[in-house]
This record gives sequence, structure tokens and C-alpha cells, in this order.
Amino acid sequence: MQKIRNLISLFILLLTTIIVQAQEGTAKTGFGETMRSSGRIYVVIAVILTILIGLILYLVRLDKKMSKMEKENP
Amino acid sequence: MANEKNYMYKSWWKILSVILLVYTVIAGLLFKIPQLPALEETIRNLYFHVCMWFAMMILFTISVVNAIRYLRTLNHKYDIYSRQFAVVGIVFGLLGYATGAIWMSYTWADPNNPAFESFGALAREPKLIGAAIALLIYAAYLVLRDSIADMDKRARISAVYNIFAFAMLFPSIWIVPRLLPSLHPGQEGNPAMNYKDIDAGMRIVFYPAVIGWTLLGVWITTLKIRLNLLKEKKMMG
Repeated sequence: MQKIRNLISLFILLLTTIIVQAQEGTAKTGFGETMRSSGRIYVVIAVILTILIGLILYLVRLDKKMSKMEKENP
Repeated sequence: MANEKNYMYKSWWKILSVILLVYTVIAGLLFKIPQLPALEETIRNLYFHVCMWFAMMILFTISVVNAIRYLRTLNHKYDIYSRQFAVVGIVFGLLGYATGAIWMSYTWADPNNPAFESFGALAREPKLIGAAIALLIYAAYLVLRDSIADMDKRARISAVYNIFAFAMLFPSIWIVPRLLPSLHPGQEGNPAMNYKDIDAGMRIVFYPAVIGWTLLGVWITTLKIRLNLLKEKKMMG
């Protein structure tokens, strides 16, 4: 479980570097191109999704904590 | 209580909620929308602002159902359910109010355009007043609850008050605002449910969005319920 969690956090950190790369790149790369098209609406989507996923991960953590507490107090 | 495996401890609907919300954000911002004057791209707020109110109504309905269950069984579990669903419903209502305030500032009002209404006129919108009354009645529910020290008395009085608060939702948000002239859409029939007032292309995002946001609200509520059940158990023994 811990391993999977570490892998997921690593993956998310890697994703952020891609976004940073795309920002600094010459916008010729595929991802940078997509992020800059349609009035850069994809950037907004990325921001909202980050907030949403952050909140959901927080909820998942609370849920796990509750399950643990319930197990300790049967 | 933990060995009692009810829906609170299952995870499939939590995953469903996350999938639907991610879909809502992506599809809600990218899919085609009808081009309407003044609204333009802000119609996409339908997937967020209106969903807050739908989630609030559903949470309040679950709350009143549990209030009635408490009165029928006098089992304290249902009192905890009822209270927590009401609290999270209020949170969703406040979010609906806040998002509505932002939305209306840029569609109903425009200080540079004399054709638009002034903010003073907007404050008299029946929908806003009705929603404010409904939320204040529910806020009074919390005040009433916490002012009674005796547990059984508190549970019983607040369950009865909960039914009253739910009954007040009907005139304050469903009947009176529809009888009065208003800028807010949804004058004729049920807003966003009527086949005439919502584009078919928006439906495929809107209905999943309602389910997703509601499930998120239920998820938050179940966490609060589990915490309170645990607290009660610790207090008892």
C-alpha cells in the first residue's frame, strides 16, 4: 500500500515537471501546443482538476484515518 | 458499528463520484454550449452552481428522512445522520449562494451598461431572498440543537424542527420564487429539469454533474457521521 502511494505521488510530481517544461518550451512540443490552444482553456482545466484531485485525496486520507480508528475501537 | 457493513463503508460510489466530477470539469469546460446573449461562456456555470443547489436539496431530503426515522425508532444513530446531512446541505447551499453571486455580478449587472439592472434591484430577487430564508431556517436548526443539553430532548426537538425546516423549503425556494417576476431562470416549471430550458448537449454533462456533486456531499457527510458515531461510542463506554 505504501509503495503504491509512493509511486502515485512520484507520478504526480513527474507530471508537474512536464507542465513546467511545456511552459518553458518553444510551444512546439505536442503537449505545450495543446495547452496553448483554444484560448488556453486547458490550463484552466488543469488548475481546476488539481484543486479537485487535491481535495479528493484529502478526503480519501480522512476516510482511511476513520477506518483505522474504527478498527482500533471495535 | 464498524462491522455493520452498510453503504458508508463501501468505496464504489466514492470512486464513481470522483470519476463523474473529473468528467464534469473536463466536459463542462470543453463541450459545445448554445450561444446565448449576455450568458455566453458563463452558461458552463450550470454544471457547478446549479449542482450545488441540487446537492443541497438532496442532502436536506436525506436529513428529513432520517429525522422521521429517529422519531419512529428513537435510535440515536438517526439523530446523528440527520444532523450531519443538514450541516453538509447548508455548506452546499452557501457554496451555491456564493457562486450565484459571482455569476450574477457579470451577467445581470454591469455598471458600465445602463441597460442592466442595478445591484439594489438585484438584491430584491425573489430567488435570492427565498434561498436566504431557507438557509437561515436551517442555520436556526443548528442553533436550536446546540442550545439543548439533554441528549434525548435535543434529538427529539431537533427532529421535529427538521421536518418544519424541510416543509419551509417548499414555499421559500420552490413556490414563492416561481410566482414572482425574476431575472433568475426557471420561472416556468422545474429549472434545469424542463425539456424546454436546457440544451440536449448540456444534459449529458449536467445530470452526471448533479450525481457527482451529490455523491461528494454524501461522502463528506458519511465521514462526519462515522466520526460522531465513534465519539458517541467512546462517551458511552
